[in-house]
Amino acid sequence: MSRKWVISAATAAAALFIGLGAVQAADKKLVVGFSQIGSESGWRAAETKTAKAEADKRGIDLKISDAQQKQENQIKAVRSFVAQGVDAIFIAPVVATGWDSVLKEAKEAKIPVVLLDRQIETKDQSLYMTAVTSDTVHEGRVAGEWLAKQTGGKCAVVELQGTVGSSPAINRKKGFDEIVAKNPGMKIIRTQSGDFTRAKGKEVMESFIKAENGGKGICAVYAHNDDMAVGAIQAIKEAGLKPGKDILVVSIDGVPDIFKAMAEGEANATVELTPNMAGPAYDALIAFKKDGKAPPKWIQTESALFTPDTAKAEYERRKDAY
Amino acid sequence: MTLSAPGPARNLPQYGALIAVLLANWLLFPDFFAIRLQDGRLFGSLIDVLNRGAPVALLAIGMTMVIATRGVDLSVGAVMAISGAIAATMTGAGWSLPAVLAASLAAGLLCGLWNGLLVAVLRIQPIIATLILMVAGRGIAQLVTEGQIVTFTSPSLAFIGSGSFLTVPMPVVLTIVALAVTALLVRATALGLMIEAVGVNRLSSAGAGVNTPVVLVAVYVWCGLCAAVAGLIVTADIRGADANNAGLWLELDAILAVVVGGTSLLGGRFGLVLSVVGALIIQSMNTGILLSGFKPEFNLIVKAGVLLVVLLLQSPALTLFLPRPKAARPIGTVKPPVAPTSGGAKP
Repeated sequence: MSRKWVISAATAAAALFIGLGAVQAADKKLVVGFSQIGSESGWRAAETKTAKAEADKRGIDLKISDAQQKQENQIKAVRSFVAQGVDAIFIAPVVATGWDSVLKEAKEAKIPVVLLDRQIETKDQSLYMTAVTSDTVHEGRVAGEWLAKQTGGKCAVVELQGTVGSSPAINRKKGFDEIVAKNPGMKIIRTQSGDFTRAKGKEVMESFIKAENGGKGICAVYAHNDDMAVGAIQAIKEAGLKPGKDILVVSIDGVPDIFKAMAEGEANATVELTPNMAGPAYDALIAFKKDGKAPPKWIQTESALFTPDTAKAEYERRKDAY
Repeated sequence: MTLSAPGPARNLPQYGALIAVLLANWLLFPDFFAIRLQDGRLFGSLIDVLNRGAPVALLAIGMTMVIATRGVDLSVGAVMAISGAIAATMTGAGWSLPAVLAASLAAGLLCGLWNGLLVAVLRIQPIIATLILMVAGRGIAQLVTEGQIVTFTSPSLAFIGSGSFLTVPMPVVLTIVALAVTALLVRATALGLMIEAVGVNRLSSAGAGVNTPVVLVAVYVWCGLCAAVAGLIVTADIRGADANNAGLWLELDAILAVVVGGTSLLGGRFGLVLSVVGALIIQSMNTGILLSGFKPEFNLIVKAGVLLVVLLLQSPALTLFLPRPKAARPIGTVKPPVAPTSGGAKP
């Protein structure tokens, strides 16, 4: 009982505080609390950096809490954001389940919640305002479509899958397979897991080259992420072939190193998983605060395809963000 | 001379398993044994097995020494990540190759020293003592790389991973050198005997005059050094240090290689060459699976199945039912001629 009382008192106090604030200064800065997972990858670090930059652009005050890969830290962060009475809470959820009760607290405090880059599992869709994520199936499709167009629909592809059972690996395969099914001349001749790492990507590609007559039977390699593609490029080079020419290289993510490889003519295309998840979320939030119009439940980020012609400029633009 | 010298029959499961796995690969992929020269470097699936197996083989060499003292070193994967992170970061900052190598190896040495002191002086159980560095070490590596994949372009460091010496890939050369040096250290001196004595009974070997703390620290330092070399190879190979993934779970592969090689986790008698054979069995399977075109979902199951068979062949309970060439010789008789490659034969 007492705990509940404390929470509702805190929320009431917070609500009062916000109300007073709104009366005193109508054009006060929006305050957004962002519970980030951590900084386990270059992409994640870029997402945080971009969130800050995009907030500055719009004059938003962004408070970031690093959860160090733990859901309990994220729940604590959300509670503290509720207590501080922020205008909105962004969460990049580390896991899909277990969010209902803390999101209810935010809802009771009338603080809109936006999910960034990952979805959650909940029965009550009203617990969050919207989710900004990429469509990983679509990413696979974009990569496949580029390859089909480039090769006139005729290509023997080897595939480097991500970690077995992980959702990006399953979805990026699914999207690519859809395009392969539409093109009778396209075929996946070998597929193996490279665990999303450079070292495994290189090792698997070495075997593929040997298994396919020294690489002569391979038209292209499709890697579920850029790191594996970078490993595969090295394996192709060491086998005495030219990556990007003898074997086409297409992958997903858009990390700086693949742009470097493209600028050197060793990779052919990458589908970007944009680290700018916060930008669309801010825009939706500002629109919501202005005229109360709720955004759609899912805001899909663009899966843009990049090719070597813009690679050099893109590399310069990105190398410091990651 | 209480440790009986094993006959060649004891090595049969290991060599047999290696040959069987290689033959299975050949059946799945007829060109398995085909080797040609590519840019002055041997090129072929068999070379891949040796080349890709090198890091685990190096770890297994160090791990064999540790396990022979009845210890275990769980931190080798993390030490690989640290050494690789230091190498890539320093190379990126413009340090010369000798300085980079010295720093990386020194890091491995320090890690080994830390483990050794915890085990030998503070008498913490090895599995716990090295668990500390296993967890913390990856964090240290991530601090060094600031959580990113640090890439470099220096051809001299890359040479360690993808260069060759007399057409043999450098990782293989380094492994052979490490194996030879280790074998020389432990078999040409009394060190090997002391290591085994500590593994059999630490108290009584101390009573017999063995300086057990020094022996223990020495094996952990050696293990750390081997791990640092393995880390250099992995980093040089992909021209970048991936602190999150370099050497991840390789400590388990290394322990497995040692056990498959027939060295008991209870310490005592050890076989260096057989541990390397164990590492090659594991890698032959990995390469075979990649060549076979099995779905990736089957990788781990196939691996587990083959390993189970190899371990069953060594199981004392099962070997009772198998026909044996000749019962064990009485202890203390003249040693049978031992092939120079069977490092595990001399006590």
